[in-house]
Amino acid sequence: MKFFFFHLMPYLHLDPELRSQYDSAWMVLPNSAYDPKKGHELYNRYLDELELSEALGFDGVVLNEHHFTAYGLMPSPNIICATLARRTKRIKIAILGNITPVRDHPLMVAEELAMLDNIMGGRLISGFVRGIGIEYLIWGVNPTYSHERFHESQELIVRAWTERKPFAFEGKHYHIPWVNIWPTPYQHPHPPIWTPTNGSTETVEWAARADHRYKYVQNLSAAAACKKYMDMYRATAERNGWTATPANLGWGCPVYVAETDEAAVREMKPHVESLYNTFFRIPPHRFFPPGYTSLESMKRIVVDKVPIFGMQTIENLMKHGVILCGSPKTVREQLEANAVEWGFDTHLGVFHFGTLPRDLTERSLRLFASEVAPHLRHVNEAAPSSADQAATHAV
Amino acid sequence: MVTAVEHQKAGTAALHVTRVGTGRPLLYLHGIDGTRSSGELVKLLGEHAEVIVPDHPGFGRSESPAWLESIHDLAYFYLQYLDELGVEKVDVVSHSLGAWIALEMAVRSCARFRTLTLISAAGIHLKGVKRGDLFMRAPDVVLRSMVASPDLAEALVKRVAADSDTEHKNRYAIARVGWHPPMYDPQLAKWLHRVACPAQIIWGREDAMLPLEYAHEFKRLIVGARLQVLSDCGHLPHLEQPEQTASTILSFIDQAASK
Repeated sequence: MKFFFFHLMPYLHLDPELRSQYDSAWMVLPNSAYDPKKGHELYNRYLDELELSEALGFDGVVLNEHHFTAYGLMPSPNIICATLARRTKRIKIAILGNITPVRDHPLMVAEELAMLDNIMGGRLISGFVRGIGIEYLIWGVNPTYSHERFHESQELIVRAWTERKPFAFEGKHYHIPWVNIWPTPYQHPHPPIWTPTNGSTETVEWAARADHRYKYVQNLSAAAACKKYMDMYRATAERNGWTATPANLGWGCPVYVAETDEAAVREMKPHVESLYNTFFRIPPHRFFPPGYTSLESMKRIVVDKVPIFGMQTIENLMKHGVILCGSPKTVREQLEANAVEWGFDTHLGVFHFGTLPRDLTERSLRLFASEVAPHLRHVNEAAPSSADQAATHAV
Repeated sequence: MVTAVEHQKAGTAALHVTRVGTGRPLLYLHGIDGTRSSGELVKLLGEHAEVIVPDHPGFGRSESPAWLESIHDLAYFYLQYLDELGVEKVDVVSHSLGAWIALEMAVRSCARFRTLTLISAAGIHLKGVKRGDLFMRAPDVVLRSMVASPDLAEALVKRVAADSDTEHKNRYAIARVGWHPPMYDPQLAKWLHRVACPAQIIWGREDAMLPLEYAHEFKRLIVGARLQVLSDCGHLPHLEQPEQTASTILSFIDQAASK
């Protein structure tokens, strides 16, 4: 198995009184609640935590992209990646952005990622996402075209990365007569592409195409949904004439490790509950604007994504298998069981969540690195990784 | 009064059309609330005309065609529909989003318009005038803001909740043509002098979706248009004041006919 540290970088200094006056920490909470001096400290604390993961033996770190929110301070994950690019030497940096459909010009994304891959000597992993529904309210991009723009922008970026002479891209949403980016990516034919998701049939279909074989990474979901969609990915791959391996699948979830199960639950509880109840909450009509997803998909997501709506408790999150919480032994056993049963080889640990303070974050991270990860290296290990091979099919 | 429901092929969409009454043809183009709230107004108009009420392509009981990508698609669709209707001219009565469609048609060609009635019309933008947002707020909050009477608002919310599939379908279609820029066409206002038929603007004084300033702007932009303002009325005059709305429409149409 491979282990990544997925940081959400929340602005954790929210005044509860002010926060309670708004239905969400996204879009509507005024940015007067943001203090740049505290922001400065947070950015540097979070970057320290990510850099520490290299010394602790993690395989990589994971960044993401969200806008207008205290949930995460990474509107541009590429900038965070750039700050880490020369402060780290070994680990992979996976960007679970960029939200290409909301960009006027996806070629800027192709160029920035190519730059980062060059600077890092091929350590970049590029996730592409449609973004969550609220990004379409934020950017004024029509959500009924979200899928079209997602597919088309990604095709444009991959062609820009791989074609070796100027070409014309004649899409419906992007028509660029002369494409010829400099630099091109360091990795050949291009950086691995991951498809992060909260679980949807459309995403499985896209990632498991024979000419894609993109790593399918399911985040922050109930266990039943993770298993369902990972099974669906394998079945879809078979139908498309290829066989998926654990290297094609990943799972992301909040993790907290302490000396005992009791201590872990007690210490994690207020902070993981703040992740869901303070930072994550978005009313359904802003989470799913019209056309962002089909009515049928929407009904399924509401069932699969237990955590989004309604107030959460750590007990409920544990019951639905959304998080990992416990002693090293408990977390080890649960993670191994999931990896074997669902068939993934990569874990994206959200080691910081909500209001979790620095000392607890670091202690949990160190316990995981020393007492959990080393014992699971052999699980679902395969060589060579077919996720690496996938890139060669993506031309 | 004759009521008929038909599935009719027009252009390339199966269109659900309700016909009420007999007499001069009158095309009613519904707004963002669909055809569910206009029954009383249509009945009253049907006592004097043959009222033709399509569910727009993508809305209500009509097909959602793949070609539906902008308000202009709907305008061209209905221009073609009028050509195929087999009558020389119609009175067009239109509301909200439907009025936006009617205006996009009219600036292209008024050849088949006898008169044009615009009720709480969308389609243009007035900088700095606060409008009712359709998608930031919860759907029931939006509905409540559409009418002046709180009792009527509750009844409206209940009626819409009882048919959530239609509401979902309509909201998709509204977003498809009106997400950005929000419910207007930046190119429309400068061509409104091309509205070449008699035009009447009807507006609720308490319209919180499109405030009364819009009515005055339409009056300024459409040559010779007359404006009738309804008191104690919000964005849905056909639901809030059907009798007053019907008599305002009919007297205008009759006056135009006698000229």
